[in-house]
Amino acid sequence: MSISGDDDLTRMGRINFGGIIKEASLAYVPEVVIGDYVIVHVGFALSKVDEAEAQKVFEYLKQMDELGDLAEDGK
Amino acid sequence: MKTSDFSASCPIPISQYPHVLMAHGGGGKLMHRLLEDVFGKAFSNPILDTRHDSAQFFVPPGKLAMTTDSYVVRPLFFPGGDIGSMAVHGTANDLAMSGARPLYLTSAFIIEEGLPMATLWRVVCSMRDAAKECGVQIITGDTKVVDKGKGDGLFINTAGIGVMEHSLTIAPQNVQLGDSILVSGDLGRHGMAIMAVREGLQFESTIESDSAPVHEAVLALIHAGIEIHCLRDLTRGGLASALNEIAEAGGVKIAIVEKLIPLCEEVHSACEMLGLDPLHVANEGRFIAFVAAKNSGRALEILRRHEVSANAAVIGEVVEKSAPLVTIKSAIGASRILDMPSGEQLPRIC
Amino acid sequence: MKFLDEYRDSDLAHKLAAEIHRVTTKPWTIMEVCGGQTHAIVKFGIDELLPKHITLIHGPGCPVCVTPLEVIDQALEIAARQEVIFTSFGDMLRVPGSTTDLLAVKAKGGDVRIVYSPLDALKLAVDNPSREVVFFGVGFETTAPATAMAVYQAAQKGLKNFSLLISHVLVPPAIEALMSSPNCRVQGFLAAGHVCAVMGYEEYFPLAAKFHVPIVVTGFEPLDILQGVLMTVQQLESGRAEVENQYARAVSRAGNQPAQDLIKKVFTVVPRKWRGIGEIPQSGLGLSDAYAAFDAARRFKLTDHRVEEPAECIAGMILQGLKKPHECSAFGTRCSPEHPFGATMVSSEGACAAYYRYRRFDAKETAGVK
Repeated sequence: MSISGDDDLTRMGRINFGGIIKEASLAYVPEVVIGDYVIVHVGFALSKVDEAEAQKVFEYLKQMDELGDLAEDGK
Repeated sequence: MKTSDFSASCPIPISQYPHVLMAHGGGGKLMHRLLEDVFGKAFSNPILDTRHDSAQFFVPPGKLAMTTDSYVVRPLFFPGGDIGSMAVHGTANDLAMSGARPLYLTSAFIIEEGLPMATLWRVVCSMRDAAKECGVQIITGDTKVVDKGKGDGLFINTAGIGVMEHSLTIAPQNVQLGDSILVSGDLGRHGMAIMAVREGLQFESTIESDSAPVHEAVLALIHAGIEIHCLRDLTRGGLASALNEIAEAGGVKIAIVEKLIPLCEEVHSACEMLGLDPLHVANEGRFIAFVAAKNSGRALEILRRHEVSANAAVIGEVVEKSAPLVTIKSAIGASRILDMPSGEQLPRIC
Repeated sequence: MKFLDEYRDSDLAHKLAAEIHRVTTKPWTIMEVCGGQTHAIVKFGIDELLPKHITLIHGPGCPVCVTPLEVIDQALEIAARQEVIFTSFGDMLRVPGSTTDLLAVKAKGGDVRIVYSPLDALKLAVDNPSREVVFFGVGFETTAPATAMAVYQAAQKGLKNFSLLISHVLVPPAIEALMSSPNCRVQGFLAAGHVCAVMGYEEYFPLAAKFHVPIVVTGFEPLDILQGVLMTVQQLESGRAEVENQYARAVSRAGNQPAQDLIKKVFTVVPRKWRGIGEIPQSGLGLSDAYAAFDAARRFKLTDHRVEEPAECIAGMILQGLKKPHECSAFGTRCSPEHPFGATMVSSEGACAAYYRYRRFDAKETAGVK
């Protein structure tokens, strides 16, 4: 949501956890910018959530559905 | 009361003593002034004004209900309330759980030497306003002051008397097989409001405590002829505690469904973040009702018409009259036991 | 919440479960190595959705549970000292030491405080120069970067009143030790998602090859876990033993470089005793020589403790996946979250606690009413 701090190691971010705002250290995710989603553990952002990858679970499930439908049609 | 304009509209009566002193509890002139100018002035009513050792009053015909509770919440002030408003709401609500109309309260204060008078006055005004809102009178009380370091600011005890204008048996033992379980609103606000202040969490829209009187909603159910078998307000230990206590006392197996439990987004997120279970978090203006299944729809309708229970929902039912157990069906469909929360989730919550 | 709620969708969960049922032709035993995953499995009842011949074993993925008794006793010794503010994550407070626990020490007057981050402890040290602030650094590789940062910043600030009792543990050596044990029945692993977010998953390739087991890096939500199981079963059914990444939205093969760099700088790999398992070589992190001044064990000149576990407690066997909680004679009766015997009952992520809170009735029904 907002980022403050001068150098890499003290960079802090205000992070929105579904309605709650809390600060966490961004020291380990220097590439993160406002609007990104991150995984936070004990006050530290550890990795940036890759939105494309995040969608894959749902695409896979959709594919499964379609395969299922195909199988049905083929009967 | 909003803090910012409080002092302007409610000037402190004893302004020459900015802090409460031991002498204010000593029984002499200073204490007399405190009782007159602070408590007497704020709570004034014909019974209290007699300034007698005990209050004398008539009660309407009917069975009486009585309860008492002590309030040791930290911090004293939090979004949505304070120790004073809680002390009134909490006790009034306990009476409401018998289906009683709250009438009179006592209030006893244990004040730590050094408490700012402004703080005490603010709490007292809050109680005055809450009492008015509930339609109760504070008719007798007590004041003690303890040495600095021995009291943690302020402790309040209130006892309440109410009258039952009905002849229902409202108790866990009366819970029946097939009863519908309703919850009067969304969970966890009070506990999380307190946690937020303690942990310095910032919420986009501040989580406010749900401390509020519920008796009007309960009395509405009674007057509509709803067959209520049991009521319980959700305080420490949250929904999980209340359900388990009733299952134990009533000898019943209860099944609820997680998806049906009302929960606002901020409370949900705060709990996720802090590793807390919203079903274990304290509430202050919420209750559960066990009603005959045939009345379930109507009961819900009535509750939803009152602001305090606008988010009421049916969350489950009594499935067996057998060994006590509470089960909950999770978001993905599997059932598990909902146990009594163990130990101290959030200390000094009420 | 975005990236959370979607992964708890009931319909999708059932779809994944159905696919698992479809592809499973033989019995398989899979271990999940993270307490957070154990918790989710039991809370959501995920194992109930799986076919009966898939057995999920809960591994030693709960750092609270595996912290050695000796270290707990050391923590208690430090916390009882007058000048110390002892800080720790919440769930360490009720872990039983040999005679007492941190909560009891707190009740007796010890200044024990819960913190959510090692940086909170650091701040306490800065704000209370006349007190000694000690942080109890427990956890897997997920927590190590946070502890490392606290140490690093303390050194930068030249803080003299801050020290840490470190008991960090590493996952890959534990997997190696488990797989090398002759009793091991595990055929596939769900690797801990957030540990790998930090460390990447390079280290798992040699393990998969050496023991011929599939290892799938898995997340924590129901859909993640189900997909992780599905991927593992697919490998097992086709005889493969590879490392795959289910949690790709948060984990990359190389992991988090800056975090790894700081860990290497501040810590060094040491042998570590795992409660209930014993000593595993090269399985822990301790402060490196450059930062040894911040080691609380050294600063307070702590003695080594002789320790005895309660005889009935089988936490060790549970951590190794050899037994399930309800197979313990004390489970739910003499041992419960209110009075735990071992760490697996204390931590909310411990297998016994998770079972107790969420699954007791199932165990009762399958074992016959006791």
